[in-house]
Amino acid sequence: MTPHNAFLEIRNLTAFYGDFQALFGIDLTMDEGDTMAVIGANGAGKSTILRTLTGLLPSKGQDIRFAGAAIAGQPAHLIHKAGIAMVPEGRRLFPSLTVEENLSIGASGKRKGPWSLAAIYELFPDLHDRRHHGGTALSGGQQQMVAIGRALMSNPRLLLCDEISLGLSPKVIKDIYTAVPLIRARGTSMLVIEQDIAQAMAVATRVICLQEGRVSLSGRPEDLSRAEITRAYFGLEADEPDTNEPAQEML
Amino acid sequence: MEWVNVLIQGVLLGGLYALFAAGLSLMFGVMRFVNIAHGDFIVLAAYLMLSFVTFMGWHPALGIMAVVLVMGTIGYLGQRILLNRVLGKDILPPILVTFGLSIILQNGMMEVFSADSRRVSSGALDVASISLPGDLAIGAMPLLMFVVALGVLAGLHVLFFHTALGRLLRATSDDAEMVPLMGGNKAHIFALATMIASGVVAVAGIMLAMKTNFDPSAGPSRLLFAFEAVIIGGLGSLWGTLAGGVVLGVAQVVGAQIDAGFQILAGHLVFLLILVVRPQGLFARMKG
Repeated sequence: MTPHNAFLEIRNLTAFYGDFQALFGIDLTMDEGDTMAVIGANGAGKSTILRTLTGLLPSKGQDIRFAGAAIAGQPAHLIHKAGIAMVPEGRRLFPSLTVEENLSIGASGKRKGPWSLAAIYELFPDLHDRRHHGGTALSGGQQQMVAIGRALMSNPRLLLCDEISLGLSPKVIKDIYTAVPLIRARGTSMLVIEQDIAQAMAVATRVICLQEGRVSLSGRPEDLSRAEITRAYFGLEADEPDTNEPAQEML
Repeated sequence: MEWVNVLIQGVLLGGLYALFAAGLSLMFGVMRFVNIAHGDFIVLAAYLMLSFVTFMGWHPALGIMAVVLVMGTIGYLGQRILLNRVLGKDILPPILVTFGLSIILQNGMMEVFSADSRRVSSGALDVASISLPGDLAIGAMPLLMFVVALGVLAGLHVLFFHTALGRLLRATSDDAEMVPLMGGNKAHIFALATMIASGVVAVAGIMLAMKTNFDPSAGPSRLLFAFEAVIIGGLGSLWGTLAGGVVLGVAQVVGAQIDAGFQILAGHLVFLLILVVRPQGLFARMKG
C-alpha cells in the first residue's frame, strides 16, 4: 500500500441524532499501521464517529473510504467483513454467553488472519482459566479484555476502541494498554477514543482532538504542546465553570 | 387409578402445548415480538397436512416432510420480506401486521377449505393403545406425539447450545444491535429464527391435524394456549416451555374430568393463578 492511497479517509463527515447535529464536517485520514487517538470532552462527537464508521448510525451519502472502497451506507455486517471491528463503549458483552462463546461470536464474519482463541488467550492469559464462565461474571478489566478479544477474533485491519479505560482502575488500564503494541505488531491499525489523554498520547502515532463536533487539532503527539492540546480540548472559553472537571482528568 | 390416568393424559397433551409454545417463545426470544398469527400458522400447517395426505394421497412421512419444508420456507421469506420491515423500537407495527396476517389466514383458509371441521386420520394408530398394569391404558397416538415433542425440544436444545447458529441466536437475543458488529447479518438471522420456529409450528400443526378436529378459526385459541404455556414456563426457557405445556395440559384434562365444559376454563384459571403467585413463570431466564 502506498502512503498516497489512504487506508482510512473520511471527508466532511456530518451526523445527526434527530434534529441535533453531532458532527460538523470532520476530516480524518489514517495510514495502515497508524494508531490514531481521538480525544475530546464528553459530547464532542468522538463516539459518533465510530458509530458512523461501523454502520451503527446511518452514513448514506457520506464520504468514507476504507482500503480503497467506499463503505458509507453499507450495512454494519458488511463493513465488519471489510475489516473494521469495534470494542464498543460499555463493552456490551453477551451476558448469556460464556467468555469463549463471546470470543467465538467475534469470528462470525469468518475473516482469515493471525487471531484465534489460542492467540487471544496468549494475549490475555487471565481469560483462559475463565473461558467457561459467563461473560459478565468477570471483573471489569477482564470483561474489557473479552470485548477486545471478541473484536480481534474477526482479524480486523482496523480496530476501533471506544473508551476502553472507562471505569477501570489505573493498574487495570495499564495492563490493558500493554496489549496495544502486541495488537499493532500483528498488523492491526487502531482508532482509539480516550478520555485519559496521557494514555492516549502514549500509544498514539497520530492524535485528533474534537470539540463540539469539529476537529480542533490534529497532528503527531510529539509535535503537539500541552498548551495547544488544552486549548483544543476546552476551546477558547477555558474559564467556563463546567470545564473544571475534565481539567483534572488531564493531570 | 382413574386420576392417575387423567394425569398421564394431561402430561401427554402438554407435549403438544409445549410445541405450540416453543415457536412463539423462540421468535419472541430472538426478535422481541409476538406473532399474533402464530395459532393461524399452526392451523395452516394442519390444512397443508390435510391437503397433502388426505386430498392428494401422499404417504404421511412425505406429507410431514413437505409441510415442514413449506412452512419453513414461508417463515424465512415472510420474515425477510415482510416482518423485518416492521421490526424496530416501536412494538406496535409488528403486532398490527401479524394481527392482519391472522385475519387474512383465517379468511383465506375459510375460502379454500370451507368452515367444515376436518381431521387427518392416522388409521389404526388412532385407536391403538398400550396397556399398563393397574388397568391403565395409554393411547399410542398421544404417546407418540409426546415423544416427538420431546425430540423436537431436545433438537432445539442442541441447536441453541451446541452450534454456531445457536450461539448467534442467543447473542441476538441478548443484544441484537451488537450482532452486526460481530459480522452477523441481522435480517438473515431473524429470518433463520422464524424459519426454525415455523418448522416447529409445522410439527405442532401436523399433530393438531391428527389429534383433533380443526377448522379455519381454530388458530386464536391455539395462540392463547401457546401464550399461557410460555408464561407459565417462564420466558426464554426451552424446558420451562415443556413444564408450562404440561401444567396447562394437566389442568385442562383434570378440568374436563370434573366437568366436560370446564376443560378450557380450568386451564385459564391455573394460568391466572400462576400469574398471581409467580408472575415470572416457573423457570424464567429472561427479564422484561
